Amino acid sequence: MENRKLILSFETSCDETSIAVIENGDTILSNIVATQIDSHQRFGGVVPEVASRHHIEQITHCLNEALETAKVDYNDLSAVAVTYGPGLVGSLLIGVTAAKAVAFAHDLPLVPINHMAGHIYAARFVDQFKYPQMALLVSGGHTEIVYIESEYDFKVLGETRDDAAGEAYDKIGRVLGVNYPAGKTIDEWAHEGHDTFNFPRAMEKDDNYDFSFSGLKSSFINTVHNAEQREEKLDTKDLAASFQQSVIDVLASKTERALADYPVKQLVLAGGVAANQGLRDRIEKDLNQKFSNVQLLMAPLKLCGDNAAMIGAAGQVAFDHKKRTDMSLNAVPGLSF
Amino acid sequence: MKILSIDTSNAPLAIALVEDDQLVAETTLNVTKNHSVFLMPVIEQLMKMASWTPAELNRIVVAKGPGSYTGVRIAVTTAKTLASTLKIELVGVSSLAVMAKDPAELTNLPVIAIFNARRNTVFTGGYQMEQGKLVSFIEDAHMELSELIEKINEKQQPVLIVGDILPEFKNQFETNSKFITLGNEQSSFPSAFQLGLMGAKINPVSDIDSFVPDYLRITEAEMNWQKSHPGELKKSYVREV
Ligand SMILES: [Zn+2]
Repeated sequence: MENRKLILSFETSCDETSIAVIENGDTILSNIVATQIDSHQRFGGVVPEVASRHHIEQITHCLNEALETAKVDYNDLSAVAVTYGPGLVGSLLIGVTAAKAVAFAHDLPLVPINHMAGHIYAARFVDQFKYPQMALLVSGGHTEIVYIESEYDFKVLGETRDDAAGEAYDKIGRVLGVNYPAGKTIDEWAHEGHDTFNFPRAMEKDDNYDFSFSGLKSSFINTVHNAEQREEKLDTKDLAASFQQSVIDVLASKTERALADYPVKQLVLAGGVAANQGLRDRIEKDLNQKFSNVQLLMAPLKLCGDNAAMIGAAGQVAFDHKKRTDMSLNAVPGLSF
Repeated sequence: MKILSIDTSNAPLAIALVEDDQLVAETTLNVTKNHSVFLMPVIEQLMKMASWTPAELNRIVVAKGPGSYTGVRIAVTTAKTLASTLKIELVGVSSLAVMAKDPAELTNLPVIAIFNARRNTVFTGGYQMEQGKLVSFIEDAHMELSELIEKINEKQQPVLIVGDILPEFKNQFETNSKFITLGNEQSSFPSAFQLGLMGAKINPVSDIDSFVPDYLRITEAEMNWQKSHPGELKKSYVREV
């Protein structure tokens, strides 16, 4: 018990209130996640003011439950870690404010964590990290390729120029009448359909690692609207499959380009959209065929969405790297690496 | 009893340490742009100067709204988390009452506190002293300025108004009522000391986890949704997964 390192972590960047206790950076003692999805489904997407109000309803309940489930007390803890960006400012503020109060009350070090670093560390629960490492982060808010040359040293190689991949799923989901968030349903339909529409693969051949999904989205919407005007019914399964194939082709080709230019030992696949089965299968196949010496670390399905366990795993490493903040920590909605 | 009182409902940030009805330390900042950046450092500094440790605190008293949604949330999140994590008492007081207390004591007039809620509406509440206690005579609510003026005129009694007395509000008060005295700027700041004193006499909340701000207004998104989905409102929209 003596060398037990325990991090209490907070994550409230969007519509999940989550608090976790992580032991030695790789073991989940508790990971409480209260989701507001049922609330925001009423509005077809996350309403920031509503999200912030839900976080404050949940925060201390989740805190107590995280400690009780982990069977630890405050004096067992080494530090408090908290997501301070990127995300919705009103949501981030609840976690940041609560984490500061806890750190102050018990005189604990406070460790600020970038939400995207957190997503990468969801894969830490699968295996140890080896460097250099590459990460493909795909979520509702972000699409990024990150190069990690050494521990906790992040460099964004490429990112989306417009919509995030998850955002594109939600937007075309709306056109197909799929409830927010649409990713899971579109993924399931895609497996039952075929890529018959051949939507554009934006920037696929460009000599960079950036993404763009707005052209695909427009092309998709135009196709559906034109068919409606002709009173023609399109196969939704084929639409879903064609859309998903375009997204996956772009994500996979850019990742391949990055892997070819930056040799790494591991590729981490993480973020909400990393739960997409089509994407997981494709990346796995690509690595086997073209980069067989690169180990693929896929974040566990349960930890692809937002959660505090990943923040705690990143928190332990950041803590070891002496990352600290004082009581003036603020939310930084546009935080980048 | 050692009390920490916090009010960040509007632009000013007000914090006090109060022990047995005596002021130990108090800070009011009226330059704050961001309560999130200043609140905890000021608490930390006041506690240090008073040689208080967090573990010695007995009670947190917080102005629970109405006011700026973000401001009120920062105070309430800080207060409920401190109370929960230190396992001490939590008391919520109306932010309008905090504003009204000092002027009500000083003038003995019934006081109406107002916060600007935009589009010619206000968050407002009426308070007066009765046998040394501040009691409400107009319940905290969100209303049109004209509605407030009507209520005042119905009472047929002189009142003092404090808070966000915007030029356009001033104009409407002066033209439409002969019962109104407008407070000066000094009477329009929250006093964290008064907040601490009031909070010392109120029963603590029984369930800290469910303690939330008094916004006095639901969000626009929810209002629209409720209009288009009558009778569908559920009790809870958050679940653990
Ligand atoms: Zn995320």
